[in-house]
Amino acid sequence: MNTQGKVFKYPDNVDTDVIIPARYLNTPDAKELALHCMEDIDESFVNKVKAGDVIVAGWNFGCGSSREHAPLVIKTCGTGCVIAKSFARIFYRNAINIGLPILECEEAAEEIKADEQVHVDFDTGMIRNITTGKTYKAQPFPDFIQNIIKAGGLLKALKEGEADD
Amino acid sequence: MGMTMTQKILAAHAGLETVKAGQLINARLDLVLGNDITTPVAINEFKKAGFKQVFDKDRIAIVLDHFVPNKDIKAAEQSKSCREFACCHKVSHFYDVGRMGIEHALLPEQGVVTAGDCIIGADSHTCTYGALGAFSTGVGSTDMAAGMATGTAWFKVPSAVKFNLTGRLPKGCSGKDVILTIIGRIGVDGALYKSMEFTGEGVCALTMDDRFCICNMAVEAGAKNGIFPVDEITLKYLEGRSGREPVVYHGDIDAEYDEVIDVDLNSIVPVVACPHLPENTHPACKLSHIKIDQVVIGSCTNGRMEDMEAAYDILKGKRVADGVRCIIIPATMQIYRECIEKGYVTAFIDAGAVVSTPTCGPCLGGYMGILAAGERCVATTNRNFVGRMGHVDSEVYLASPYTAAASAITGYITEYKED
Repeated sequence: MNTQGKVFKYPDNVDTDVIIPARYLNTPDAKELALHCMEDIDESFVNKVKAGDVIVAGWNFGCGSSREHAPLVIKTCGTGCVIAKSFARIFYRNAINIGLPILECEEAAEEIKADEQVHVDFDTGMIRNITTGKTYKAQPFPDFIQNIIKAGGLLKALKEGEADD
Repeated sequence: MGMTMTQKILAAHAGLETVKAGQLINARLDLVLGNDITTPVAINEFKKAGFKQVFDKDRIAIVLDHFVPNKDIKAAEQSKSCREFACCHKVSHFYDVGRMGIEHALLPEQGVVTAGDCIIGADSHTCTYGALGAFSTGVGSTDMAAGMATGTAWFKVPSAVKFNLTGRLPKGCSGKDVILTIIGRIGVDGALYKSMEFTGEGVCALTMDDRFCICNMAVEAGAKNGIFPVDEITLKYLEGRSGREPVVYHGDIDAEYDEVIDVDLNSIVPVVACPHLPENTHPACKLSHIKIDQVVIGSCTNGRMEDMEAAYDILKGKRVADGVRCIIIPATMQIYRECIEKGYVTAFIDAGAVVSTPTCGPCLGGYMGILAAGERCVATTNRNFVGRMGHVDSEVYLASPYTAAASAITGYITEYKED
């Protein structure tokens, strides 16, 4: 699984309230919710983001609420991957469960700048900054989590498990 | 090497003799929880995956609390989808308007959660039940769907930070000041992925409501769970309430902790977390120049009976300052009723406050107290992120019920002092 696109850069502690404000949580419809992705931190994000683009952020990305709507809107907008120094634990778990590619890489998150072009190989964890030519290696996921991602999310993995029994 | 209290509960629910930090396990669940925002997404996922049955109708709780009584048509549709799912699967712990309360106050009150449980909830403040000596953690809607279908969840066994509590809280301070002080010290990711285990001789001086409040905000330090040992106070609370037999676990003496942090309860002072992170804490007495427009007393953090009592003690016979809206929200119908019976509601209304039926409403900027640009609110809620209670240019100051009620009277952030 690969993605390539332009970087949107955000600071530490991006919380789920700015990713998808609670005032819009009166619907479970992903497309409707996605119209408001990142609205309270970057109003222009939804108009600028193109399929495959990459969000790069600091520590503790996705802190706050358990709302799965947060990774869901980021994925539905076409974002190819989120790279951060670290992720809040419920966001991390939700991203894996719904199949939004995320990578933890402190060096890449520190050095990569807004509007640069990056290529991400999610299987190997290799991040290449096309603009500067520099490459980075993110922490690989444990096999257990790789299997959930490969199946296309937790429920598909569970269904595959049922079929194996 | 011994296990922490959390690790012991997880080992028992995974059917293992021992577990260690970092190990991936599949654990049996005693309860799976969702609310009116997260459950509709879970229902969609449950159906999409082709599941037909829930694992156990008595071990699922669905609580309508965030946007109820329904704030608009879309919210009504979400409630309806929860109601239909609960009815179709005969979910026994389904709480609708008239019986509902804010989930993390309601489920302990109704005895739906107990000591030794392993619980997931599609709400980040599910960590509250650690106050009862349970392992309890927030997850997303897909995990809720999987939990409802299988009765199990995968976990990475957490390491732990131990908080050694000593002494007792000064008057006018509460569990809220303890947890805000701790978050101010360790930061909003200070316990990321970890357990916060609260121990020490100071525990016995904390009431159940203090403990619920402290565990409730463990997630605000990034923690997977917060947990207290089970003592006489816990057992007394559970007596005649708990639907299942409590199981008491103790952390091993030789359990390994990433860090041990001493907290002297005697030295706690009333604190306020300023915008826009819960770690941005300052003594309330240093903020007396900050003028406010609104006060909210309620939420899963501070909508319990002791919180209402604190508000009553301060507001009775007084007037809310001109230009301040004071919104008081008892967290459950039982608390609401008790506030009426004890005359608190009359006192609140006489003081110029409004009293709402239970809802999460303003805490997450849903409804029932949204802020305009430039407005400031002192709230007993749990988050003060940008735009959390309304406009992106509004501000939320997190505080205890004592500080919030005292501030309502003066119109400025005010440390409560006894007359």
